[in-house]
Amino acid sequence: MSIPGEWYLILAAILFGIGALGLLIRRNVLIMFMCVELMLNAANLTLVTFSRMLNDIGGQAAVFFVLVVAAAEVVVGLGIVVSIFRRRSTAVADDISSMKG
Amino acid sequence: MIHFAPVMLFFPLLGFLVLVTFGRRMGEKASGTIATVAIGLSFVAALITFLGLLGQSNREVTENLYTWIPVGSLHVNIALLVDPLSITMCLFVTFISALIHLYSTGYMHGERDATKFFVYLNLFVFSMLVLVLGNNLLLTFVGWEGVGVCSYWLVSYYFDKDAAASAGKKAFIYNRVGDVGLLLAMFLIFDKTGTLNYLDIFGHLGSFTTLAATMAVLALMLAAAGKSAQIPLFNWLPDAMEGPTPVSALIHAATMVTAGVYLLCRMNPLLSLSPDGRVVIAIIGGATAFVAATIGTSQRDIKKVLAFSTVSQIGFMVLAVGTGAYVAAIFLMICHAFYKALLFLGSGSVIHGLHGEQDIDRMGALRKFMPITFATFLIGWLAIAGVPPFASFWSKGDVLDSVYRHYPALWVLGIITAILTAYYMSRLFFLVFTGKARFDEPAADGRPAIHDPHESPKVMTIPLVVLAVGTLLVAGIDLPWMHAHTLKAFLEPVFTTNLYDPNESSGLQIILAAVDAIMAVIGIAVAWVAWRNGPDRPKLEPKFLANVWYWDNFYDAIIGRPGQRLAQEAARADVAVIDGAVMGAAAVVTKRAQALRRIQTGQVRHYALFIAAGLVAILVFLLVKAFHP
Amino acid sequence: MITELATTMIKMPSIDYLAILPVLILIGGAVLIMAITAMVPGGLRRDVATAMTVTTALAALISSLVEWHRVLVQGATTTIAHAIVMDGFSVFMAIAVSSCVILASLIGHDYLKREDISSAEYLILALISAAGAVLMASANDLVVIFLALEILSIALYVLVAFNPRRAESGEAALKYFILGGFSSAVFVYGIALTYGATGTTNLTQIVDFLGQNTAQHPGLLYAGLGLMIVGFAFKVAAVPFHFWTPDVYQGAPSPVTGFMAAVAKIGGFAALLRVLLSAFGTQAATWQPIIYALAVASLLLGALLMVVQRDVKRMMAYSSINHAGFILLGVEAATTRGVQAALYYLFAYAIMTVGVFGVITLVSGNGDRDTDIASYRGLLRRSPLLGACLVVLLLAQAGAPFTTGLFAKLGVLSAAVSVGSWPLALIAMVSAVISGFAYLRLTLISVRPVGAPTDVDELGVETGVSAPMHHLGATLMLEEELPTEVEIAHVGVSPVALTGVTLAAAFTIIFGIVPGPLLSLAHAATMSLLG
Repeated sequence: MSIPGEWYLILAAILFGIGALGLLIRRNVLIMFMCVELMLNAANLTLVTFSRMLNDIGGQAAVFFVLVVAAAEVVVGLGIVVSIFRRRSTAVADDISSMKG
Repeated sequence: MIHFAPVMLFFPLLGFLVLVTFGRRMGEKASGTIATVAIGLSFVAALITFLGLLGQSNREVTENLYTWIPVGSLHVNIALLVDPLSITMCLFVTFISALIHLYSTGYMHGERDATKFFVYLNLFVFSMLVLVLGNNLLLTFVGWEGVGVCSYWLVSYYFDKDAAASAGKKAFIYNRVGDVGLLLAMFLIFDKTGTLNYLDIFGHLGSFTTLAATMAVLALMLAAAGKSAQIPLFNWLPDAMEGPTPVSALIHAATMVTAGVYLLCRMNPLLSLSPDGRVVIAIIGGATAFVAATIGTSQRDIKKVLAFSTVSQIGFMVLAVGTGAYVAAIFLMICHAFYKALLFLGSGSVIHGLHGEQDIDRMGALRKFMPITFATFLIGWLAIAGVPPFASFWSKGDVLDSVYRHYPALWVLGIITAILTAYYMSRLFFLVFTGKARFDEPAADGRPAIHDPHESPKVMTIPLVVLAVGTLLVAGIDLPWMHAHTLKAFLEPVFTTNLYDPNESSGLQIILAAVDAIMAVIGIAVAWVAWRNGPDRPKLEPKFLANVWYWDNFYDAIIGRPGQRLAQEAARADVAVIDGAVMGAAAVVTKRAQALRRIQTGQVRHYALFIAAGLVAILVFLLVKAFHP
Repeated sequence: MITELATTMIKMPSIDYLAILPVLILIGGAVLIMAITAMVPGGLRRDVATAMTVTTALAALISSLVEWHRVLVQGATTTIAHAIVMDGFSVFMAIAVSSCVILASLIGHDYLKREDISSAEYLILALISAAGAVLMASANDLVVIFLALEILSIALYVLVAFNPRRAESGEAALKYFILGGFSSAVFVYGIALTYGATGTTNLTQIVDFLGQNTAQHPGLLYAGLGLMIVGFAFKVAAVPFHFWTPDVYQGAPSPVTGFMAAVAKIGGFAALLRVLLSAFGTQAATWQPIIYALAVASLLLGALLMVVQRDVKRMMAYSSINHAGFILLGVEAATTRGVQAALYYLFAYAIMTVGVFGVITLVSGNGDRDTDIASYRGLLRRSPLLGACLVVLLLAQAGAPFTTGLFAKLGVLSAAVSVGSWPLALIAMVSAVISGFAYLRLTLISVRPVGAPTDVDELGVETGVSAPMHHLGATLMLEEELPTEVEIAHVGVSPVALTGVTLAAAFTIIFGIVPGPLLSLAHAATMSLLG
């Protein structure tokens, strides 16, 4: 069975959109992180698809870098959430808005 | 000797640096002396440079000090352009400033932070000299900004006084609006000629179309309007008298307000390319002169009357520039520097003697108490009123002669303004120095009586006497029958063929001069009738009741009521429209900003939403562009 | 089969270590400090750690200058499979970043001592983040740009959260992190689409591709470009991608704010300039309208909101948005003059902003409490040198003569005018007037004496100042709102931080009087970017 490359691209675009929408909608900081991860992986899927379509290894290599970065981001992000949670006992993004204007 | 030019700048800068470093330790007296000496030496240097320039045939010398921007297309030197125009400016700027400095040592005695006052004062003069001597627009801009910032500091010197702080801000805002004009002009000129150097610009005028020249001239006029207090940006100047009186004298007479006129004169080759631009300049000048004069007739604060008179007089100068009578503009500028400095310092002496009272309702009969101030003020009054053979008769006469030939309608306006000038100055003079004393009993609004008005100390009266003598003599630099040998001949090379020279027959000249003189006398006479007995409308004997009514009505009908109303309207329109425009813009800015703050909600999800919206907007734009190229 | 495998040599990309020396030094220094901290019982002494950081940054600066010489002689070179390019442009940025690191570590020294925070981590993270910024400027491949961006950003997320005792610090870090992650994901997606459209992520090859082919998929290409612009615009705080800026600048520890305001902006603009002008130079007509819009929005919003702030850190955040707008003016022009002006502006701005935040660090005192504008009352009297530096740096930001600020503003404005962007130049001038107020207000507050009486006598009100003026005074200048008796904390000024601030002010003045060297540096960098 063969699937046209465009379908992967469309799937990736949809995933990206879901991730972005989730970031805007969900209030829980951890889920917002996951949404960012979803967006990054949508980008990865796009890279891999193009890599296959173009017969070029560069895109797949790039995915590894993105994966590493995503992992590093999560580490730092969780650290920040934990430190905030310790102080405020909340992981709801809307509560964390003391600075504005 | 021409190489003395940088020394003119050196002394005020040195004075500034010494005072800013050691000022507070040295105390008020020493710092005042240093500041005065610095400006005095600067005047001496200007004099030496002037003599050097006279002694040589090349009257256009560039003194290169240092290459500021050496890179690429923009090549700017820090260089001084010494030519008849700049040296003329320097001479009177340093001379008047030195006297004002001397006067300040007395006037500011005992004021808090007097040292800092002298710091700013020296920096102010330095900036003005940079503005005048710079050989390129960028350097002039530096001086331009420096003068603006110094004036802001000096006007808001009594910063704990609300009005002073506000006036300082107002001066700053109006000036910044003007600065935008100068920047625009700079960019336009650089775009066309590829240089900011005056002499190079004048060499590349061929690349200007008439439209481009007109735009540049209008931008320059906007700049001049900000700095020289012309319509529509004139209203900061009267407020600027909230500063200490010597500052008012400095701003109004010698520095700052003359800068705009100087810039226009300096750029005269560009102005010559744009007849339309010159018409606009002339109309703005004429209108400003007239409007300010009408407002001057109804002011009660001694310094405000003088302030509006400055606006009006600068209007005459701008009018002269608009007709191409540059020499007349400079001549009036010099004369005005003398008599306005004299009048302001005289008013400072009055205020000083009355312990801070500025209301002319509360003065009168001061001639007995302040003989020196009275005598010198008398000379200043006659000079500004245009009474022959005093300064303004000659200088304003020159302006009006040119206008008569060029724009007859503006000449009529100018003549009316001349009457008003004589009128309001006389009113001021009579109310302050003649009639009955009104200060020795408490005012209706509770201000206490002033019992011992006194003449000011010598350090203040000496500058007054010097300025009075100067005012008497200054017209001698360019009397009509010696044009060929004096100021005009000296300045002519700067303006060459751009100079408008009416060249009337001597008969017409004498008729015009006679008209000027008669107008001055009319103005004074009306004021004498109306105001010699005090601030209230003059009351005559009962048997002349009918006549009195007649005169009263006449006065009211012809001069009083419409005049008063016009003046009030003008003042109100100014507050509502121009003030409204500039200050309102500022208020709107803050109001809008306050509203705008609300979008910064502090909630991260809202921020993400805005980012996403921006993202979508960009994508939509690009995709539309991609598929509908 | 086996023999075949054995004879197949794996070709390694050649690495020109000299070309990446500044990055290597910065990372090496960070690793060294980390190792020593781990080994020395009780941790590294603060003074030593700061000294090591300054030495590292200085070494990076010197190596950049050596590099400069090499670039002048040999011209631009690429290395590591053309992923890194060493040219005048990247060296210019390396010089700017190293200078900022020196200043920031000097300024941070006292803060860490005061807040009793371990020094080493702060310095290590700053060095790594700086390495990311340098790498961003020398990257010749979109993937490397992304990596560098993340090296820069992740270190910054931690730095922003660095003061555990301040709730704002954590909040700022969280906001920065979520939005930063969001924009990174957008950026990567942009890379992926660009890759799809051009078949490569290498900038040189993208140039070649765009030069040879008319894009078959203009939609894909433009979408990729747009997404990448969003990523950069976020990093440089251009409106409407600026929302994190005020909150993060306010919440982050003051020296960190100074560091990130300078270094992150350098990195962001460096990559933005290289991608737009070098890789997508032929598509200028496509992206110029976007940059135009970003510039207008940044100029106006930055200036407007700056005027109404009372918190100095927040005010400087909006000021940095306004500055970003000015730099975009030069980018939008997309000419030699424009890029040169933008580079000069970027360098000048970076130094000024580190300096200002140095002053803010010192004035705000324990726990970054005193960031209200009233805390600056009479600073010049209380601490003359610090106050004088602040005045210089603020006037420079306003664009005063004889500071680097004047040429920065004049340069970008004249660049905009020279390509006929009159409306943009006018808007920029208006925004300069508006922001001028805010700078001048803070300057005045610092200059005026502490105990000056503020009583307004009746006479003062009576003298005929129009009502709008009073309104203006009340709303714009805020002076009437200032408490008369502010509790003026003693400004604890230590020589180390003061050195940093003084250096920044001295730089600003010296290169304002003698702008030649900096201008020619920017010129050479521009020529190497635009060829």
